[in-house]
Amino acid sequence: MTDKKKKFLVPSITVLVMLIIILLAKVGVINNYYQTILMTICINVIMSASLNVVNGYMGEFSCGHGGFMAVGAYVSSILSLILFCPGNSITGHALLPPSMAIVAFPFIILIGGAASMVVSLLVAIPSFKTRDDYLAIITIATNFIITTAINNIPIVGGSRGLMGMKTTMSFMAKTVSLPWMLIWGFVFAALTVVVIHRVMHSTLGMGISAIRYDEISAEIMSVNTNSMKLLAFTFSSGLAGVAGGLFAHMLGFINPSSFGIMKSTESLVMVYLGGMGSLSGSVISAFIFTILLELLRPAQILKWVIIPLMLILIMQFRPEGFMGPRELTQVFPRLKNLFAPNRNLIRPIAKPTEVRK
Amino acid sequence: MFSYFVQNLINALQWGSFYSMIALGYCLVYGVLRLINFAHGDIFMTSCYIAFFVITGVTAHFTGITGIPLFVITLVVTMGLTALLGVGIERVAYRPLRKKGANRLYVVITALMIGFILENGNLALLGASSRRFPDILPKVIWNLGPSITITNLKVLVIISAFVVFAILQFIVQKTTLGMSMRAISYDKFAIPLMGIPVNTVITFTFALGSALAAIAGILFGMSYQVMDPYMGMIIGWKAFIAAVVGGIGDIRGAFLGGFMLGIIEIFVTAFLPSSYKDLISFVILLVILTFKPTGFFGVAKSTKI
Repeated sequence: MTDKKKKFLVPSITVLVMLIIILLAKVGVINNYYQTILMTICINVIMSASLNVVNGYMGEFSCGHGGFMAVGAYVSSILSLILFCPGNSITGHALLPPSMAIVAFPFIILIGGAASMVVSLLVAIPSFKTRDDYLAIITIATNFIITTAINNIPIVGGSRGLMGMKTTMSFMAKTVSLPWMLIWGFVFAALTVVVIHRVMHSTLGMGISAIRYDEISAEIMSVNTNSMKLLAFTFSSGLAGVAGGLFAHMLGFINPSSFGIMKSTESLVMVYLGGMGSLSGSVISAFIFTILLELLRPAQILKWVIIPLMLILIMQFRPEGFMGPRELTQVFPRLKNLFAPNRNLIRPIAKPTEVRK
Repeated sequence: MFSYFVQNLINALQWGSFYSMIALGYCLVYGVLRLINFAHGDIFMTSCYIAFFVITGVTAHFTGITGIPLFVITLVVTMGLTALLGVGIERVAYRPLRKKGANRLYVVITALMIGFILENGNLALLGASSRRFPDILPKVIWNLGPSITITNLKVLVIISAFVVFAILQFIVQKTTLGMSMRAISYDKFAIPLMGIPVNTVITFTFALGSALAAIAGILFGMSYQVMDPYMGMIIGWKAFIAAVVGGIGDIRGAFLGGFMLGIIEIFVTAFLPSSYKDLISFVILLVILTFKPTGFFGVAKSTKI
């Protein structure tokens, strides 16, 4: 196979698999329950891959990802209610005709992402001055602030939550009968992975990785660390906002407590389980984590004893997560045959030891 | 108005004492290992349950013991058991990771997981029915003025916070153990070469931190009488934030930060709806951190090139 053909091999296989799954969902082979699991996997892939930009590639410790997800979820839900839900609590009537839903939906989700990018400036700007663990506090505090702020805004339902986003989804299904939620879940998850991969292998991404290895040396090598931090934060939280929008439309009901510290912890677990700075690790751990949660559902409360125990054991045997800082192609070199060789790659394989502080 | 203020100040000092005592435990472990021990809040919760079972056990078998002797027995036994728990967690979960040279953040995630296990294990083991912490000390109420009351328990809580702080300050600043703790946090590579048994010092640190959490746990149970498997989580996270705002790595900072958070929270609830409590207190803390990134007592570390 020539390199030119190889370039299209993996993307076309991925698209094909997604199309088959969507087709199966359309004819009813894959029922609603499995569709929900697939969508949750997509959302978790977005969450863990985007958090990996900050916690993995940049080496900071951000633990308020759930807060940004909340912003995205609320902004996109409010938009979707105002635009399409007749008799909503905010404007009282729908602003756009139902047939527009199919076109407007991706924009609604993206605007949610943009909103959480704006909010993430709240974190990014104080984080310039602070060092390592102080960032953890700023992000935890931001998460608390966002959820309690939403709790205190009566127009979005306060602690009772917000519902009615399913209307938009049903309008979409009425216009063209397809499992839309699944389609957009796949599209956004795939886009996230591709975009993060491209960004992290560009000069910009190398600047972000340089911060993790040694911030001072990076600064000397003319990396503008402040703008790198700003970019990485807003990028990562924008994607979290997208995940939030999808989450809200998948469930059709959101309340502030579903985006608390627990949500942030889940994303953290997925990142560190997969391996810091490994994109394929994040995707794999999102799969494993979601499926594990579903499989252990019958165990009820014991689920949250068994999963942490398993994680601790995994940490003991693989103290760097599944992949460490490596990608799948570095763990299984044969997989490289599937991809066109990347001539621009200069990023070395990361050493597992921590840089001196 | 004045009496309302004073009454709230007393409540705030009591509430702040709990944050302070928990923050001190965070600070000890963080100072030595640079590990955010997220399980600390849940160790506090577990100690409250341990105290509950100690009290029920003692009162069931020895009918004569009540009041102050019961309190002292509970305090000693609970502190011992909780210290064992803390040391055990360190042995089983953190030390192997440290030996393998894992990234610091993986240890933090392990701590989070330990917290989950303690919370949900407790829930699975003891069920969701809420338990009431028994009264062990006879309640005395003093009237200090028009509508200002203070109970003996509140005085006990506030005094214990200060005593604990004083003892800890003495241990860290004056004893050999404290000196080795400070040394490890200063340079953990050179310290084993100086003949300091690093692992022993770390074990002591965990024992000390958990014992502090146990004091807070018993007093919390006695003061509020509600026990809930998830109570430690939020208090723990908040205490940690308080410790950082005070300046983590210095126990004076953690102590002050805890009281500050307590005072802010109580006064916000006194004048505004209680749902604004977290919002306003965290905004204040964030603003402080933005202008003083190292906290009140934190020292800015300069990295040598």
